[in-house]
Amino acid sequence: MRHILSILVEDEPGVLSRVAGLFSGRGYNIETLNVAPTLTEGLSMMTITTEGDEAIVEQIIKQLRKLVTTLKVVDLTDVKSVEREMMLLRVDAEGAKRAEVLRIVDIFRCKVVDVSLDELILEVTGTQDKLGALINLLQRFGIKEIARTGAVAMRRGMQE
Amino acid sequence: MELTGAQILLESLRREDVEVVFGFPGGAVIDIYDQLPNYPLLQHVLARHEQGAIHAADGYARATGRVGVCLVTSGPGATNAVTGIATAYMDSVPVVIITGQVPTPLIGNDAFQEVDIVGITRPCTKHNFLVKDVRDLPKVIKEAFYLAATGRPGPVLIDLPKDVQQAKCVYNYPKQIKMRSYNPTYAPNPKQVAKVADVVRKAKKPIIYAGGGVIASNASEDLTWLARTFNIPVTATLMALGCFPADDPLWLGMLGMHGTYAANMAISGADLILAVGSRFDDRVTGKLSEFAKNAKIVHIDIDPTSIQKNVAAGIPVVADCKSFLMALRQTLEADVSDASAAPVRDTPWLARLASWKEEKPLAYEQGTDVIKPQYVVEIISRLTKGEAIITTEVGQHQMWAAQFYQFTKPRSFISSGGLGTMGFGFPAAIGAQVAFPDRLVIDVAGDGSIQMCIQELATAVCYGLPVKIVILNNGYLGMVRQWQELFYAKNYCSTCLDVAPDFVKLAEAYGAAGFRVSDPGQVESVLTEAFALPKTVIVDVVVDREENVAPMVPAGKSITEMILV
Repeated sequence: MRHILSILVEDEPGVLSRVAGLFSGRGYNIETLNVAPTLTEGLSMMTITTEGDEAIVEQIIKQLRKLVTTLKVVDLTDVKSVEREMMLLRVDAEGAKRAEVLRIVDIFRCKVVDVSLDELILEVTGTQDKLGALINLLQRFGIKEIARTGAVAMRRGMQE
Repeated sequence: MELTGAQILLESLRREDVEVVFGFPGGAVIDIYDQLPNYPLLQHVLARHEQGAIHAADGYARATGRVGVCLVTSGPGATNAVTGIATAYMDSVPVVIITGQVPTPLIGNDAFQEVDIVGITRPCTKHNFLVKDVRDLPKVIKEAFYLAATGRPGPVLIDLPKDVQQAKCVYNYPKQIKMRSYNPTYAPNPKQVAKVADVVRKAKKPIIYAGGGVIASNASEDLTWLARTFNIPVTATLMALGCFPADDPLWLGMLGMHGTYAANMAISGADLILAVGSRFDDRVTGKLSEFAKNAKIVHIDIDPTSIQKNVAAGIPVVADCKSFLMALRQTLEADVSDASAAPVRDTPWLARLASWKEEKPLAYEQGTDVIKPQYVVEIISRLTKGEAIITTEVGQHQMWAAQFYQFTKPRSFISSGGLGTMGFGFPAAIGAQVAFPDRLVIDVAGDGSIQMCIQELATAVCYGLPVKIVILNNGYLGMVRQWQELFYAKNYCSTCLDVAPDFVKLAEAYGAAGFRVSDPGQVESVLTEAFALPKTVIVDVVVDREENVAPMVPAGKSITEMILV
């Protein structure tokens, strides 16, 4: 099962490799990984998505907590949460294709962030599913390149 | 007052009450060595190889319960220490390692003797630091000692660039340390303790399975109280030998791959297993799906990652073993004070254990021609009354030492358990002897393992350390040979050590004393003489070449499927 882990860490050199090394050293796989500073100075938030059965994910979480530089680990899979990812796509949009691509941009609430004679760069945010659907739709026009951030996630305010 | 980084380091070690540093100099730590003579209270023991230095610091830590300190240079000095760091990590031993590093402007430039030791040791240290600013140094040292010794202990490495050693700043050593991201749990949850007390009262066939955590937390006395008061038989891992006296009727011996028949059968037949400070290592459990199928498992460990890792615990308790056992004692003492309510154990269970012990004991037959290795260990045990500090290398001799020596005290068996590091025992013995100059310290060795750190003979002789090395010499890498015999159709590929040094001459070449014995009738007298000599001694005991360690559970089998011969 896919799990989204939200990890609060000390923002110091090497912290990313401590976390990433823990996964690789134990044979766990990271699907996506995102790190950025938080409101509190000196602390960073990592969002990691990973695959594994319950026992493996429990071990991963405990091992992450054991790292001296980790303050908090939350498995957002267990709680109601919002998950988003941002993606940039460079897509073929020559001649007659362009109008149709722009229609899809509209439907998916993407933004066109760069225009040239034969291609567009689109910016889109959403869940993994939404980004996947967009990629599927645009594939037939020719996607030349994509760049994705990996998921970021946050617990919802109203919990039962 | 302004001090240099090197002075700050040594001053801080003194404030941490460090008495001994095991080390080896080099270009990147000259500044520290340059200052050493100004700190006469800090004894420096010069090893002959960095692996020797780190194992010695480790042995010192295991024998004393204090933090061991190791100082080595950058690059090859640091990488030579990695095996020892990993050894300490696997066995949760508190060690602080200081490695020199090239000057900060050169870091990352492939400078002479540069290596990313922080990167290399990340997976085998509890934590590590690269100090880039001398002003951070006092805090880093304080944190390093705090991390090494608290929670689940372990090695902590400080990488110290040469320019930081030379830089100056005003010295203030923090009195206390608080790390917002590190708060080990010592006290057990009272509800969990109550649950444990309840199952202890009710169990018909309980057993205590003690691990290294009992030794690390100094909980032997509390464990012994629990066992004796409630008539609970005790088995222990390799790491926990000595936590319960071997002459007690409740003692079952070690469990696991080379455990006793009684211990393995008891684990399999128990209805309650109190796993205290142990981690259900694969060498202990054998085939997991068959392990202790009938038992409720109570698992106490200070490290939450150990719990539920290999087996499902019915009652998990995250706590320091000693704190837990003391809390359990308080809860249960109420029972005991009321004499009529004192628990009486189901005696058939104890009787069955006693019969297992009697019917299938650890055994060997000593004839008149060839010396059996087990016999040598028994003699050592008898001559020392179980009171020596025994270190071992890794292999058959290690298992014989674990099986046949009657340990009476904690911290008297020092052996590389988790990593299984050949070459560990002798330098570890040096560390233990430095800590206890007046105690008898014996490295039970194999002819293969002893050659891995044999250069430390110079260290032992140089510091007048009367360590005794007893080599159970069978001319083989015996444990691998045993596996080849049993599971690889006797294909003895690369395990025969035909060309070996003359260990007696080798001892003499280093200025130590050497003995050789091959007659069973002379083992006792030679060992007696060797142990009485106040100097470093090698006793080369020529033993039965093809003796095997038994019982043995083949890897992957259930621990009840023992090869007994």
